Amino acid sequence: MELREELLYSKSHEWVKEEGDEAIIGLTDYAQSELGDLVFVNLPEEGDEISMGESFADVESVKAVSDVYAPLSGTVCGVNEELLDAPEKINEAPYEAWFVRVKDITEKEELLSAGEYQAFVESGNE
Amino acid sequence: MLVFERGREGRGLSLIPACDVELVMPEKSDKRKRALHLPELSESELCRHYTDLAKECYGVNDGFYPLGSCTMKYNPKINEDMAALPEFTEIHPLQPEHTVQGCLEVMKTAEEYLCEITGMKRMTFQPAAGAHGEFTGLLLIKAYHDSRGDKKRTKIIIPDSAHGTNPASAVMAGYSVVSIPSGEDGCVDLEKLREAAGDDVAGLMLTNPNTVGLFDKNILEITKIIHECGGQCYYDGANLNAVMGMVRPGDMGFDVIHLNLHKTFSTPHGGGGPGSGPVGCKEHLAEFLPSILVERGEKLSFVKPRNSIGEIKSFYGNFLIVVRALTYLMTLGREGVPQVSGNAVLNANYMMHKLKDCYTIAYDGVCMHEFVMSLSDLKKKSGVSAMDIAKGLLDNGIHPPTMYFPLIVDEALMVEPTETESKETLDEVIAVFKKLYKTAERDAGELHAAPVHTPVTRLDEVGAARHPVLKYEFSK
Repeated sequence: MELREELLYSKSHEWVKEEGDEAIIGLTDYAQSELGDLVFVNLPEEGDEISMGESFADVESVKAVSDVYAPLSGTVCGVNEELLDAPEKINEAPYEAWFVRVKDITEKEELLSAGEYQAFVESGNE
Repeated sequence: MLVFERGREGRGLSLIPACDVELVMPEKSDKRKRALHLPELSESELCRHYTDLAKECYGVNDGFYPLGSCTMKYNPKINEDMAALPEFTEIHPLQPEHTVQGCLEVMKTAEEYLCEITGMKRMTFQPAAGAHGEFTGLLLIKAYHDSRGDKKRTKIIIPDSAHGTNPASAVMAGYSVVSIPSGEDGCVDLEKLREAAGDDVAGLMLTNPNTVGLFDKNILEITKIIHECGGQCYYDGANLNAVMGMVRPGDMGFDVIHLNLHKTFSTPHGGGGPGSGPVGCKEHLAEFLPSILVERGEKLSFVKPRNSIGEIKSFYGNFLIVVRALTYLMTLGREGVPQVSGNAVLNANYMMHKLKDCYTIAYDGVCMHEFVMSLSDLKKKSGVSAMDIAKGLLDNGIHPPTMYFPLIVDEALMVEPTETESKETLDEVIAVFKKLYKTAERDAGELHAAPVHTPVTRLDEVGAARHPVLKYEFSK
């Protein structure tokens, strides 16, 4: 399982990168490997509000469709539309394949550090 | 090879009878610019083409087919004999009622039998399959609330173990979906259900026994909670084969149900079926049913319910499938119906108990007509997944169970043997399952490479999903 020290992680397997007042969100390497090869991704649009703990996107593998949950609340100000045509990028480089950029963040989950997330996954309680 | 790739230009056959009506040619301006691409084969080539295709197929006539939640039971051939009777086939849907009284009798008798089995008042045969039935049932619920001026109900509650069609149908019917988690025991979490119940809830959709093969012991409490908040209860009949003739959805508190004649009632399933998803309901919803119902009187006649939601499909649904299902019921008789579900449950429990020293059973205990195994531990230990075991089964001439469903079980294999398999078949299949487990522990690579004895080997499912080829391109 690949991790990035500079990122924060949610228990629902999203990574968060904070950049000033904004944040970008993607799926962790662990999540993509559990889901298997992704064949479709559904993303919100710029200007959409996303709410902490609620689904803001979904990904489809040959096995199943899975929700992607927002680890924070805010307004979508950027969407990685490249993923729509190339969902395999999430499998190939999960930490480059960001989903959305969010501004006006109003609330945020207690996120985990790389070490904490690793311990969480290895404990098998996810 | 496609039929277009066989044969040769100018070749033909005489299977199609000569035209016995006057030929009328269209105006030149209405004619096609170029000739249609039609296959040009001799009769022997045509025959061999379809025989080749048939040899590459696998169905219940070939062997064991434990596809969980699909009830792939054997289809008795007497069903086909009855459905082929010219009185059922040589008719037209617009014929006057008095000339097709036998067909109306089939529909009415089938409705009466199925209502007795399910505890419903009326039933429509229009819906063409399960999900179509779900959609129809939800429209009935919507029409019911609307007729009472109750417009605030926008939500349908669905447990997370449900078939994916449930939330899809709810959204198609204009509702939003509230998913409630299953408890540790695999059944509906009553506390979570109480929290979700409210005056904005239009109804609940539930499969009982559920998709992990368990009969929800709290079913009366569940339907009571929904009724107390003003909602309606929808029964997904996918798993009726476990309880048919034993307990009735109507008595569990359900208001509206769908059946899958192609599952529980032994009509062809898959390969074009066609399916049939009759929807039954209690008295208070009957006035909203689709247009075509049969009424007994001096003669049988078609009637339209007072506040019908309208047509869900053309005419009478897949009528010849109803003929087959009625044949099945008349063959079984009153005593045979509960024997079916009894044996279905016995077969599932037999397999589960024989396999549990080797495979992990997701919810241990007594199961209903199907059970779910989790291959999560095997995958961690050996790298062999549920998918790999499924592919290994193909190499042994067995259709795999349902895979990766329900979603609440990791690396799931969902096994439904059905009542139509003998103990010898079950023992053979149990031995194959155990052999594959040992192979996984010894040589994971062998299963990663499976299947090797099938007409096509492992398919590129990812490639097919990402770059589907949806039409044939003619070279000329």
